[in-house]
Amino acid sequence: MTTPSEDDLVTGDFVRSYVITGGRRLPSATDLSLHTLVTLAPDRELPRRASPEVRAIWDICGGGYLSMAEVAAHLGLPTAVARLLLTDLAEQGHLLRRAAPPPAQAVDRGTLEEVLHGLQTLFG
Amino acid sequence: MDSRRFSADRPAATYLPAGVRRAVKIVVVGHFGVGKTTFIGSLSEIEPLRTEEKMTVASAPVDDLSGAGAKETTTVALDFGRITLSEELVLYLFGTPGQQRFVQLWEDMTVGALGALLLVDPARLESTFPVIDLVESFGLDYAVAVNSFDPSVRFEESEIREALDLLPDTPVVHCDARDVASSAEALKELVRHLLTRKG
Repeated sequence: MTTPSEDDLVTGDFVRSYVITGGRRLPSATDLSLHTLVTLAPDRELPRRASPEVRAIWDICGGGYLSMAEVAAHLGLPTAVARLLLTDLAEQGHLLRRAAPPPAQAVDRGTLEEVLHGLQTLFG
Repeated sequence: MDSRRFSADRPAATYLPAGVRRAVKIVVVGHFGVGKTTFIGSLSEIEPLRTEEKMTVASAPVDDLSGAGAKETTTVALDFGRITLSEELVLYLFGTPGQQRFVQLWEDMTVGALGALLLVDPARLESTFPVIDLVESFGLDYAVAVNSFDPSVRFEESEIREALDLLPDTPVVHCDARDVASSAEALKELVRHLLTRKG
């Protein structure tokens, strides 16, 4: 039996995520959830020295609203990494967010009725 | 390095209609191979998307004779789809693996979820037990969709209810995850149930 050593943990993927995020703590899901809608703010300039990942986010978010999870999937990034980069851009004023709804316990009856009505309209 | 490499081999982004103001989320849960991805693909208006999440999990107990709680890094795929419900509301469906070892991921998946649709294979009911435990521990309201690819194999609802120890008001519906109408009906049943829970 072999004991995992520090070396075993340092995979290429692990290093890549660490470098992309600058080794910072990742924001939590309550900061930016998977279905929060995001888009680029109008009339913003791409920061100089932006990383390839930030450039890619800039490109994809320039076309309209997508959920955070869609941005991550299209760029092939884990959602935790995409969340951190998007949070940075939002804090710098480059990104607009449409707030996700409150947690399930607080979801109002009206929203559920809208969901049901929408499904009935689309699927009969 | 070239940013274009990030979009190679992936479908182009389909943006939401400009008027969409709000997003809601339902999680589709079930054991490995139960048909979550098929279900999402049947209903999604976009080609279902996938992210690969890296996480640290406890390695299997059998490998851990030292009792030191060895950790390993593993990758799990998250599949999801999208349904624009109206000019201003969009619904996301997230397929969530049901293993206890991915509990870290569940925090992310379930934040703000309306509820959960639990896909069940009637031939492998025991594989559903840990998934139900997770759904309940996260306080999610749920409906059960019995996904059977073979319509000639019938199941007794009472057997399912008893085996899974369901509350009397938890809906149990039959569903063929490959079929759009059948999948939509299961989703509507969940939302009706969520409405009754609102009183």
